[in-house]
Amino acid sequence: RQDVLVLTPWLAPIVWEGTFSRDILNAQYLQKNLVTGVVTFAVQKYWFFIEGFMRSANKYFLAGHQVNFYLFTDNPEKISHLQMAPENHLFVIPVQNDSRWQDIFTSRMDIISSYIHSQFQHEVDYLYSMDIDVQLLAHIGVEIIDALVATISSWQVTPQHGNRAYEARPGSQAATPEGQGDFHYTASFYGGSVAEVYKLTRACSEGLMEDRENGLEAWWHHESHLNRYLLQHRPTRLLSPEYYWDTEL
Amino acid sequence: RRQDVLTVTPWLAPIVWEGTFDPEILDSAYRPLNLTIGVTAFAVGKYTRFVRRFLESAERHFLRGYRVNYYIFTDSPRSLPRAPLRPGRRLLAVPVPRYSSWQEISMRRMEAINRHVAQVSHREVQYLFCLDIDMVFHNPWGPETLGDMVAAIHPGYFDVPREQFPYERRSSSAAYIPEGEGDFYYGGAVFGGRVEKVYEFTKTCHMTILADKANGIMAAWQEESHLNRHFLSHKPSKLLSPEYIWDDRKPKPPEIRLVRFSTLDKNYKEVRN
Repeated sequence: RQDVLVLTPWLAPIVWEGTFSRDILNAQYLQKNLVTGVVTFAVQKYWFFIEGFMRSANKYFLAGHQVNFYLFTDNPEKISHLQMAPENHLFVIPVQNDSRWQDIFTSRMDIISSYIHSQFQHEVDYLYSMDIDVQLLAHIGVEIIDALVATISSWQVTPQHGNRAYEARPGSQAATPEGQGDFHYTASFYGGSVAEVYKLTRACSEGLMEDRENGLEAWWHHESHLNRYLLQHRPTRLLSPEYYWDTEL
Repeated sequence: RRQDVLTVTPWLAPIVWEGTFDPEILDSAYRPLNLTIGVTAFAVGKYTRFVRRFLESAERHFLRGYRVNYYIFTDSPRSLPRAPLRPGRRLLAVPVPRYSSWQEISMRRMEAINRHVAQVSHREVQYLFCLDIDMVFHNPWGPETLGDMVAAIHPGYFDVPREQFPYERRSSSAAYIPEGEGDFYYGGAVFGGRVEKVYEFTKTCHMTILADKANGIMAAWQEESHLNRHFLSHKPSKLLSPEYIWDDRKPKPPEIRLVRFSTLDKNYKEVRN
């Protein structure tokens, strides 16, 4: 690929179709017997997305490798029987319904970090957080496995008078670093080793709670905290906007 | 940004070329980690004459601002220059026997490095580079080179088709690579990585070298052949472009914008035996 940037200024690869051989990567990972976890939330009306997400993820996410899906929901009874691939497991974890929008995102980071601490670190090597309102349309494989992985947002952020305005950018443009050589990452798909994801979710959760105490909240804040963290702890691998394309564009 | 060369391998390892990285960003990421980086280099027999220039140039260009331990493996520790080094940098002599032939000396390097890591350097450094001594630094060699397992692309073969790589082609050798296989041809003069990884790597290479010895065979390019065999099955996590392992006798093609580390022109016959 010569049309896009494939390496960040700190030498982290940017994963685009055509930059890697999944066969070579699979061969490397099969040697290691890794287990990967996926964390996703389906609260309030989002229970509706569960079936579509699980069906496509079960088929396309790290196919052929061991995946534990951790589904946090306040509607466990609404989950119909889902047929999982033999290597995959689904764990449904009931959560309380937070009535405030802001709390939903804050508590997510908090929930992820505490569950990593109490459970996930013993069950998986790598962990990814994905929004449930997506369907995978093509294989997402071991090219995503690395210590700290973030996905370049297909949206451009323009701060205006304290209110964030989002502008859409076509994929390859979105992958242009802004200013300092940094990118805008989406909070809808990120992950890495359990240790790194723990540090990230802890930091974001603490930052969000501090904001709340100071009366500063907005629904996009979890993404700002994520981006601030990733500015100071640069990802070791970036996924191009191909990996999370917001269909609103 | 470089569009004239490959900057990422098919297994998503970066290939480090001038223009692909920002030294300031990397420095800001690595400096706070308080690392000590080790360098091994063998100066046996007549090769002790190269130590001074190697060290002087390393002091100017190699990981400036970082703590560095130079481990010089030599049969004559007393011949090592005593010139003072920059703060945070040390020179340590590691005594080794002088074997009868230069090939033997060359092949024993893996074993010596492995043993030294186990006994000494694993406690002192987090990263280790194994370099040839008969070479000189001309330009900065910084933290862009740090990685889990790092190999360098041989200057003679970076733009040459795979069939022409001088891999060991005899199937009786443990370094054998069949036709049609291979990613790159890596140079034996530069390799490194996390100290634990270098330990594993040197152990495996030493084992395959011993296996060949038991079968009465010596690989085409000694331990470089074994290194290439190993990196085919255990792919490096980062590759250094030939900027980091240049041969001054070669004319510089446009892809090579900067030569950071290169061979000293020398009289091979005179120095080897």
